Amino acid sequence: MPRWALAYLAFTVVILVIGFQKAMTAPTEATMGNLYRVFFYHLPHAIISFVFPYLNCVASFAYLYWRSRDTDRAAAADAFALASAEMTVLYASIGLATGSIWGRAAWGIWWAWDARMTTYLLLWLLYVSYLLLRSFSAPGQTAVLSSVLGIFAAIDVPICFMSIRWYRTQHPAPVFGGDADSGIDPSMLPAVLWNMAAWALWGAFLLGVRYAVERRRQRQAAAYAVAFLEGEEPTGLEGAR
Amino acid sequence: MLPASGAFAFVPNAGRKPYKMNTMSYTQVVLAHLRKDLRLEWRAKDSINGMLFFSLLVVVVLAMAFDPGSYPTLARQISGGLIWVGLLFAAMTALNQSWSRELQNSVLDAHRLAAAPSSALFVGKAVANFLFVTAVELVLTPVFVIFYNLHPLGETWKLLLILPLGTLALVVNGTFFAALGLRTRNRETLLPLILLPVSMPALLAMIQATTNVLTGEREPTLWIKVLVAYIVVFTIACLFLFETILNAD
Repeated sequence: MPRWALAYLAFTVVILVIGFQKAMTAPTEATMGNLYRVFFYHLPHAIISFVFPYLNCVASFAYLYWRSRDTDRAAAADAFALASAEMTVLYASIGLATGSIWGRAAWGIWWAWDARMTTYLLLWLLYVSYLLLRSFSAPGQTAVLSSVLGIFAAIDVPICFMSIRWYRTQHPAPVFGGDADSGIDPSMLPAVLWNMAAWALWGAFLLGVRYAVERRRQRQAAAYAVAFLEGEEPTGLEGAR
Repeated sequence: MLPASGAFAFVPNAGRKPYKMNTMSYTQVVLAHLRKDLRLEWRAKDSINGMLFFSLLVVVVLAMAFDPGSYPTLARQISGGLIWVGLLFAAMTALNQSWSRELQNSVLDAHRLAAAPSSALFVGKAVANFLFVTAVELVLTPVFVIFYNLHPLGETWKLLLILPLGTLALVVNGTFFAALGLRTRNRETLLPLILLPVSMPALLAMIQATTNVLTGEREPTLWIKVLVAYIVVFTIACLFLFETILNAD
C-alpha cells in the first residue's frame, strides 16, 4: 500500500473516531432513547449508497467506449465498475440493516413497504443481480455483459424511484407517516455531518482498495495466460484464473 | 472458330443489372427472422404448449392459496398480480428456449457473420416472443376469469391495451437478457435473477393497471403511461446494446 494511502487511512480512522464520539454523546432522543443512535450510521450509508451506482454506470460506459480502443483502460474501467457495484451492495446492505433496526425502534416493526424502503430494496436487488451475473458469466465475457447490465440498472433506478413514489402516494399514507430525518434537532447535526464525512471517506477508501485488488488480479491473470502460452509452467498463480 | 474480337474480355454479369450487395431492407431482415421463428414454432409448438400448460398449472396452484369463489372482492384485488406472475414465469421458460435454438449447429455464429444488422435479429426474435406470449394470454385470460369467478368492475376494454403493453414490456427486456445470458453457465437460473430486478417497475405498472381495471376503483391511465415510458426507454437501450452482447467474446 503506498504511503499516501496509509496517510489517507489514518485520516479516515480519525474522522470515524470523531464521528463515533459525536454519535454517542449527542443528546438522547425523546421517545426512542439511545436506540435512535443507529440513525447516525443509517443516514450516511443510505445516502452514500446512492452515489456508487452512478460511478458504476460511468465506468460501464467507459468500459464499452474503451473496449476496442484501449484494452488497458477498459480493464481499469471494468475493475472500477466491479468495485463500485460491490460497494453499492455493501453500503445498501448496511443501510437496509440499520434502517430495519431504526424502524423497529421508531415504529415497532422491522419492515414496512413504504416508498423509500421499497425503492431502496429494489436498488439493492439490482446490484446483487449485477454481481451474480459477474460470477455466472464466462471469464472472457464478464466485462461486456456486466457493463451492459450496469447501464440497464442505472436506467432502471430513476424509473423505479418515480413509479414507487406514484404507487405509494396513490395509496393511503402509512400510519407511522413522517420522514425519519424530517426536522432533526440542531444539537444532533454535528453527529450527522461528522459521520457523513467519515463514512464517505471510508467508502472511498474501500472502493480504492477493491479497485487495486481487482487490477492486481487482472495483471496476474494476464501474466498467467502469457506464461501458459509460452509453454512455461505457471506457478504460484493458482488464484489468478 | 473464335468469336469476334473483344469477346475474350469477359465481363461477368454484362448486360444485366449490376450486382448490389445487401439488397434486403431492415424491415425485410426483421420479417425474415420473424418468419423463421414462427415457422419453427409452428412445426414444433414447443414454446406455446409449454407456456400454456405451465401458466395453467400456476393458476391452479395459486387457487390452492385462497378460495377465489368465496371471496370475490379479494379475488378482484389480487387477480391482477396473480395472472401476471403466471405469465411472467411462463414467458421465462420460453425466452431461454428461443435463443438456445440458435446455438444448435452454430447458427448464432452465422448470425454474427451475416451482413444483416444485428439489431434486426433482436427485433425479429422479440416480435416472435411477443406473439407467442400473446397467444398464451388469449387462452389463459378467459380460463383465469372462469376459474377465479372474476367480475371486473372497471372498464374491461382497457385490458386490451394493458395486456399487450405489459407483454411487450416483459418480452423486450426478456429477449434481451436471455441473449445476454446465453453463453453463461446455467443460463436457465440466471435469466430470472437478472430479468426480475430490472423489470420491477414494469411489473408494478402492469399489475396496478390490471388491478385498477378489475376493481374499478381508479383509472389505470398513470400506469399505462409508465408502461409506455418503460417500453420506449428500454427498447432503445436494447437496440443500441444488442450488437455489443451478440459479439461479447
